[in-house]
Amino acid sequence: MTVEFLYPALANLYGEAVEMKYIEKCLPDAEIVKTKVNEEPYFVKNDVDLIYMGPMTERGQEIVIEKLSPFKERLEQLISENKVFLIIGNALEIFGDYIENEDGTKIKALGIFNTYAKRKMMNRYNSLYFGELDGIKIVGFKAQFSHSYGENESEGLFNTLRGDGLHPGSKFEGLRRNNFFGTYLLGPLLILNPDFTKYLLSLLGIENASVPCEEDIRTAYEKRLKEFENPKTVYFG
Amino acid sequence: MKKNLRFFIALFVAKAAMVAQRLLKMNASYFPGKIAITLCPDFLGRIDKPETIIGVTGTNGKTTCCNLIIDSLTDLGYDVLNNRFGSNINAGVASSLISGSTLFGKAKKRIAVFEIDERSSVRIYPYVKPNYLLCTNLFRDSIRRNAHSEYILDIISKYVPKSTKLVLNADDLVSSRIAPENERVYFGIEKMESDLPESINIVNDMRLCPVCNSELEYDFVRYHHIGRAHCPNCDFASPDPEYKATVDFKNLSLTMKHDSKSFQFKLVNDSIFNAYNLTAVVALLEQFGIDPEKLSEVISNQKIVETRFSNEKIGNIEVISNMAKGQNPIACSCVFDYVRKAEGTKEVILLLDDVHDNAVSSENICWIYDADFEFLGDESIKRVIIGGVRAIDYKVRLEIAGVGKEKIVCVEKESDTPDAVRWDADKIYVLHELYRNDEALAVRDEIKRRLRQKQGGEG
Repeated sequence: MTVEFLYPALANLYGEAVEMKYIEKCLPDAEIVKTKVNEEPYFVKNDVDLIYMGPMTERGQEIVIEKLSPFKERLEQLISENKVFLIIGNALEIFGDYIENEDGTKIKALGIFNTYAKRKMMNRYNSLYFGELDGIKIVGFKAQFSHSYGENESEGLFNTLRGDGLHPGSKFEGLRRNNFFGTYLLGPLLILNPDFTKYLLSLLGIENASVPCEEDIRTAYEKRLKEFENPKTVYFG
Repeated sequence: MKKNLRFFIALFVAKAAMVAQRLLKMNASYFPGKIAITLCPDFLGRIDKPETIIGVTGTNGKTTCCNLIIDSLTDLGYDVLNNRFGSNINAGVASSLISGSTLFGKAKKRIAVFEIDERSSVRIYPYVKPNYLLCTNLFRDSIRRNAHSEYILDIISKYVPKSTKLVLNADDLVSSRIAPENERVYFGIEKMESDLPESINIVNDMRLCPVCNSELEYDFVRYHHIGRAHCPNCDFASPDPEYKATVDFKNLSLTMKHDSKSFQFKLVNDSIFNAYNLTAVVALLEQFGIDPEKLSEVISNQKIVETRFSNEKIGNIEVISNMAKGQNPIACSCVFDYVRKAEGTKEVILLLDDVHDNAVSSENICWIYDADFEFLGDESIKRVIIGGVRAIDYKVRLEIAGVGKEKIVCVEKESDTPDAVRWDADKIYVLHELYRNDEALAVRDEIKRRLRQKQGGEG
């Protein structure tokens, strides 16, 4: 099994460097490829089973768009071949049509999904998030300057139970096409959600896996579920 | 900006609020300033300012630097207006200016030293224009508020007045790039034995050249992105500092070289971040015009505020309280690194839960995955005791960091942590969040009381 971490030197904000370490712990036999910014991505000429990319700065998004644009068709091919993608935070905006700045200027993105993002750099959005995927309860955090808009109802990842989806008011969080999972949720997502992690591992052909540190991760998950389900818990702010 | 009727109404109401606070024996706060800005949104622009304003900003160390600057200037005979008992946002600065003004809004003092929250640059610098701005460093800070260091770099660069002379950390490749058009001087610490060839921290936000995106080559790394680096493919490199410090932790001494002269200073402890704080303060005050020799004398008398650091040895065990600043992964990592490197065996108590979030919501704990909890796996640390509602999250983080489960103890309440101490180490550390001072100091004092009891004292 081969896992590619795309640009970990710049796509690692908000605790995601340890998410990558956790993926390595979940897949101890996998070959891990850490692609540097000035290298051609491994997936271009090789088979990969999982592609991961984490959140980054706004400047980082622009660098990554430039680096990945030549490989848009290959990325679409991998998505159509059911390869697993885990794309976290504002990295998902790179797969939309464009990112719009506050002054109206637009940064053309990969255009793989029919969504677009709008930045509001002086309005940081912070929230808890509670949703579900195929009966799996999902918990996570949002901390972001931008939201994504456009048609995502048919390609939404999580059904929202509390909090906002892709943008305020949206009932669908994230983007999903085949085994492409893109979400704004921070956590780190896999460490916060052991059942989702197991689901992801099953898509990689690992059935009935136990996840590292499962006992305490599950205790933390159940405690957080109770907090997130509590109607008194404040979600925004 | 001229004073208008609205300004005077705001000033009088804020002054009245200040008097009321004093009568009610309440601490100074941002409240009067908040009232003034609510009544007169450009209040900060209309009130008279002292002739010389020194601003201090940065992710870590700004409060300590501010205290050092204020105390040193005061000891040298200056009458300094400051916001150290208020807050570092615009309302805190306004409160300070109100307290230092006459009823007609005239400044009563000639010098002000303001700690300035980085994120508040947008609301402060259009009105308050520091003559000097010291930036200690820029790192990842609160995920919710500050996002990432590049964001804060852009905000300060955009809003800092062009007339402000910057005093910057040459060893920090983020903050050293603030407002490149502004006049500046740099300070730095010369290569040390403990420097590393590459970062061992989880977070290093300067891995790529900001000019050509090539991977930077580090000449040495001290912690995170603090160190010296150059780009192998373009001219980008760490700036050469005018103020060069050499640190001797063994003798708690710092030598500052500037303009072919050198001066000795006493260090308050052997932590690298306090060495940077001192270096920064010396550079700033020398720029302000203070004779370094005189400065050396007064700085030797300064201490760190007890709520941030304290230590006491009772029998064979030393009890140390150290602020670790929750939601600030770099501050925590530095403290964890300091603890693991300290001599002797240790028990470590963590009290890092965010007070506000956990009262009404559920804390965003992403930040703990940017902090180097791996350092707490050092073999000298016999036990990590965690208190608070998020204890299980810290336990998970420590397990992922490779700390053995047998070394981790969770208790629900902060006040229960002394019960888990086993008294079998040379040192007991209480590492606590900024807004948990009272609880942390109560825990520390309870540990001391029990220790004294064990020593046969009264407790």
